[in-house]
Amino acid sequence: MDEQRVIELTDVTKVYRTGDVELRALDGVSIDVEKGEFVAVMGSSGSGKSTLMNIVGCLDRPTTGAYALAGRHVAGMSRGELARIRNQTLGFVFQQFNLLHRTTALENVELPLEYAGIAARTRRSRATRALDRVGLAHRLHHHPNQLSGGQQQRVAIARAIVNDPKVILADEPTGALDSRTSVDVMAIFQELWRSGITVVLVTHEAEVAEFASRVVIMRDGRVVSDRAQQAKLAQPAPEATA
Amino acid sequence: MNPIQTLRVALRAILRNKLRAFLTTLGIVIGVGAVIAMMAIGAGAKQRVEEAFAAMGTNVLIVLPGSTSAGGVHGGFGSLPTLTWEDVAAIRTDVGTVKSVAPTLRSSMPVIGEVQNWTTSITGTSPEYFDIRSWPIALGVGITQPDVDGGSKVIVLGQTVVDKLYGPNANPVGQSVRVGSTPFQVVGVASRKGQSATGQDYDDAAFIPYTTFARKVQGGLGKYLQGSIMVAATSSDTTSRAQQDITALLRDRHHLAVGDDDDFSIRNLSEIANAQQQGTDTMTTLLASVAAVSLLVGGIGIMNIMLVSVTERTREIGIRMAVGAEPHHILIQFLIEALALAVAGGIIGVALGVGLAVWLAARFHWPTLIQPDVITISVGFSALVGIVFGIYPARKASQLDPIDALRFE
Repeated sequence: MDEQRVIELTDVTKVYRTGDVELRALDGVSIDVEKGEFVAVMGSSGSGKSTLMNIVGCLDRPTTGAYALAGRHVAGMSRGELARIRNQTLGFVFQQFNLLHRTTALENVELPLEYAGIAARTRRSRATRALDRVGLAHRLHHHPNQLSGGQQQRVAIARAIVNDPKVILADEPTGALDSRTSVDVMAIFQELWRSGITVVLVTHEAEVAEFASRVVIMRDGRVVSDRAQQAKLAQPAPEATA
Repeated sequence: MNPIQTLRVALRAILRNKLRAFLTTLGIVIGVGAVIAMMAIGAGAKQRVEEAFAAMGTNVLIVLPGSTSAGGVHGGFGSLPTLTWEDVAAIRTDVGTVKSVAPTLRSSMPVIGEVQNWTTSITGTSPEYFDIRSWPIALGVGITQPDVDGGSKVIVLGQTVVDKLYGPNANPVGQSVRVGSTPFQVVGVASRKGQSATGQDYDDAAFIPYTTFARKVQGGLGKYLQGSIMVAATSSDTTSRAQQDITALLRDRHHLAVGDDDDFSIRNLSEIANAQQQGTDTMTTLLASVAAVSLLVGGIGIMNIMLVSVTERTREIGIRMAVGAEPHHILIQFLIEALALAVAGGIIGVALGVGLAVWLAARFHWPTLIQPDVITISVGFSALVGIVFGIYPARKASQLDPIDALRFE
């Protein structure tokens, strides 16, 4: 097994069956992602990119085909094992931020560490460090409704990186943000990528995909294009991080 | 996630909807409160019966004369004298299981002191009476056998009578009182005995020798005893045996043929006490089962709210699962929440029940007895209700699909 290969999808299909109607959301997808890549998965709605994301994120299991995450085969794992994989290997960032309401930024970021069974003091310091890394050291005790959209997404990114994951999965992370805040958020992803974290990002916006080092385009459950590119540097507006 | 964190998450979720949480627990609160109050009342009543039973003596039998039967109308026990003074002597000497015998002749009469007078129950009896009733003389010597033999005009007063005639804590021994128009010398004061199970004051009584009673109140001793006979068996174990022996003796003495009804009756106080006890137990069981139904309803309320809570927090569950919550984490989180609701309800219910019992005791002078084990069992039972009714919603939450949960709006 190649140590450098963090994601290894081999001829993966996913079939949803509603009564007699069969929907092939993924139809023989094979993608390998090396450590340290920044992959943007593009496609219109219905192209299968969300299904792919769910499978890569161990939220769902393929109907056929093999999936290995960081060298571990996911097929046949129990729900509990999948949860542990998500907890220790992956970090999620969603379009709708998905933070817990009425819970401070710090506690939101601590959540994965709680399920990892890490002691309170360590949790606190690691969560504080993660929030500092996304530029929110001054917002530790704010609730999500006291934060702007960009700030909420940065809390979500802090939560995704707090467990030192191998891969960060971002599902339309800029979909609910204005264009300037989007660039700020993409700058954070690029910063994480440069620090060695593998980033897989799903988007339908070409401008967002420009910041990635590789672009995979999907249509009707198949990969139609997969190419490396020179990542465009995300330049955050100077006052945005203040 | 360690248990304290899980508990903290659960408590926070509960406190987010304080009113809803309170209303949810109300069923448990009322159920547990009712159980505690009912059990306290039941136990209090039971204790009072037991005390009364102990006060009467566990080995006491009362022999009553038969009833008149005129034209099919029964006059009730004691309306026709059938017991003779010789019967009394025969019971005392011929029945081995009998320890002591005291005739009891009773009438309500005024006792007149120097300043006050008080109408009370006058009992004509023998010295054994106080032994049989386990009722010691507090002051003075009491009635003696020579008093009975000589028909002395001596009297033993109950505490209530002393209070009424002389005031509390007075010592009237040696004083003179009149019963009707006859002067009596006070030779003793019976110790305080308290109330019977039915609230009758045992201490509102006075005692004179039965010979004196028969002569002064009933116009002579005669052949028949116009009252009842109190008998103590040698022990509580021989009481039933003594009852059979006395029945056999009296039937023989009264020349009753086989098949004839007894012309007397024997009351076994321990049987009466047992019957009363069973009545109280039945009542307690009945009340407790009504309360248990309330607990059940409370449990359904908790299940209902937990199902609502799971639905409301589907997205939260999805987020928790995405960041690594395993199904058992979610299960335990919701189970703890249901448990916390139920136990909180149980504790509030205990406070309510204890308060109610204390209030009933104070307001209506009901005997109540709060048993610590009932409190433990009630709180334990509400915890059980929480688990039983919490397990389904919690399981439902833990079985949610993370993708669907995350998409839930």
